[in-house]
Amino acid sequence: MNEFLAKYAFLIVPLIKVAILVFAVLTIDAYLTWLERKVIAHIQARWGPHRVGPHGLLQPLADGIKFILKEDPMPAGVDKIGYFLAPFLTLALAVTSLSVIPFGPDIKAFGYVTNFGIADVNVSLLVLFAITALGVYGVALAGWASNNKYSLLGGLRSSAQMISYELALTLSVVGVLLIAGDLSLKHIVEHQDNGNLGLLGWNLFGFAKDGAGFTQIIGFVCFFIAAIAETNRVPFDLPEAESELVAGFHTEYASMKFAMFFIGEYTSMIAVSCLATILFFGGWLSPFPASWTFTHYLPSVILIPFGLWVIFDGIRYETIFGRILLPGVGTVLTAAGAALFLFPAANDLIQGPFWFFAKVFVFLFFYIWMRGTLPRFRYDQLMDFGWKILLPVSIANVVLTSAFLLWRMH
Amino acid sequence: MTGSLIIFFVLAALAVLAAVSLILQRHPIHSALSLIVVMVALAGLYLLMGAEFVAAVQIIVYGGAVMVLFVFVIMLLNAGEEERTNFSKLATFGGIPLALGLSGIIAAAIARSSGQLPTPTAAAEGTLSSTRQLSMMLFKDFVYPFELTSFLILVAILGAIVLAQREN
Repeated sequence: MNEFLAKYAFLIVPLIKVAILVFAVLTIDAYLTWLERKVIAHIQARWGPHRVGPHGLLQPLADGIKFILKEDPMPAGVDKIGYFLAPFLTLALAVTSLSVIPFGPDIKAFGYVTNFGIADVNVSLLVLFAITALGVYGVALAGWASNNKYSLLGGLRSSAQMISYELALTLSVVGVLLIAGDLSLKHIVEHQDNGNLGLLGWNLFGFAKDGAGFTQIIGFVCFFIAAIAETNRVPFDLPEAESELVAGFHTEYASMKFAMFFIGEYTSMIAVSCLATILFFGGWLSPFPASWTFTHYLPSVILIPFGLWVIFDGIRYETIFGRILLPGVGTVLTAAGAALFLFPAANDLIQGPFWFFAKVFVFLFFYIWMRGTLPRFRYDQLMDFGWKILLPVSIANVVLTSAFLLWRMH
Repeated sequence: MTGSLIIFFVLAALAVLAAVSLILQRHPIHSALSLIVVMVALAGLYLLMGAEFVAAVQIIVYGGAVMVLFVFVIMLLNAGEEERTNFSKLATFGGIPLALGLSGIIAAAIARSSGQLPTPTAAAEGTLSSTRQLSMMLFKDFVYPFELTSFLILVAILGAIVLAQREN
């Protein structure tokens, strides 16, 4: 048995990782919709979902059941292949793009070293761009195959938008590649590790260990704007502009097929946030100097008071169900925090993922915050902005960075 | 070895089938989708040869950028299904034998030379797979041909703009 495991470890370990990743991503997607509705509701002085479960926490579950049980009518005259292929393509490509992302430093467990992610490719950044480049077909195909003029317009807008912003997206990353001199996301993160300078070593600030760094603030701003456009989110959500195009490319989709577009969109939001974290914010690296070992207790310091607060809040909750569920959740959180405090080995293991997911969460919150704040662009403004501002600025960033690096070398 | 051989045959069959479907499909969008499958299958074949960079670029440039433009134009023109005409006599009696003859010649040529082809050495594999080596060759050894090509593309872009301006 052990021999068998050792022989096929190259196959078994990735399969387990894939299962965990898919489960985790779908759960995070579900609760991201809850978070989005809650945050936007509070921005607009409403309560948001609060009927299903305490604080509406079971709302994603109810939504999931609703999506599965709803009728799924197919409109007349659709192109069958395209109509069925589009949602699968969107979801599959979005989830696949997460496979090359390193969520933390290598794990050493049971004498077996493995990377904290599914695939460790030496051109992982390019692979990620390749997968996102194919992602546009899901939206374009859905719009075209639905046999609906609004859908078609949505699909057309999406393909035009993605062609325009992909250039700026790719060029804004070139600065980071020049600094790191590598296309592997893992090596890009490791290159930003500058011991006692902490967060100053990140590409955003650019104090790299070997001195060959240059602040990538311009690159980051270009990257994030282009990335929002690539994920079709507000203020660049013209492909599904509900005031003009009903629901854009997914007008004719219902039930689980609609849900697949939805999950795909949220998954690509996560992928883009991970990429921004890795390229500009040091990935899994802590923002504090390496000598400040007391910051390793930060996960406990956050988890324990938060868990206690959930217990305290849960005891006074309006419904009986909430008074049972919330203290339970709070106890689990507090216990997890205490366990991390007591077992330094476990605490060291989660340092990387903790910082990684904390940074990704900030970006996801930013996405939601922007949706609650900004109005939608007009289509010509969108095109003008992409070609006349974003593209020249990202090219200028490439020139600036390479000039600085050249000057440092001599 | 056998594992990669199986993957090679799957990808090759996929590429050939998609290429045949590209010709036989009557709707332009279906043809374009078939072409995308060909591109992705080719990228898989490059990956099998250890050329990760070329594979990724194949998908980004051909599978992504170029084909998105194809699909975009087909959708914008709202091109409908093509009607199948009766095959012309010339195609049946002249075209099919000629096509078969050409594929026969190519197949014979490949079969003859298969023993004589240089096997990829470790050094050659290194130049293919390493992105650094590839860029060294592109921007150092072959910098003039490379720059000339980009100049040619620039001329083509200018020509397209001039043609588009004339219509206004």
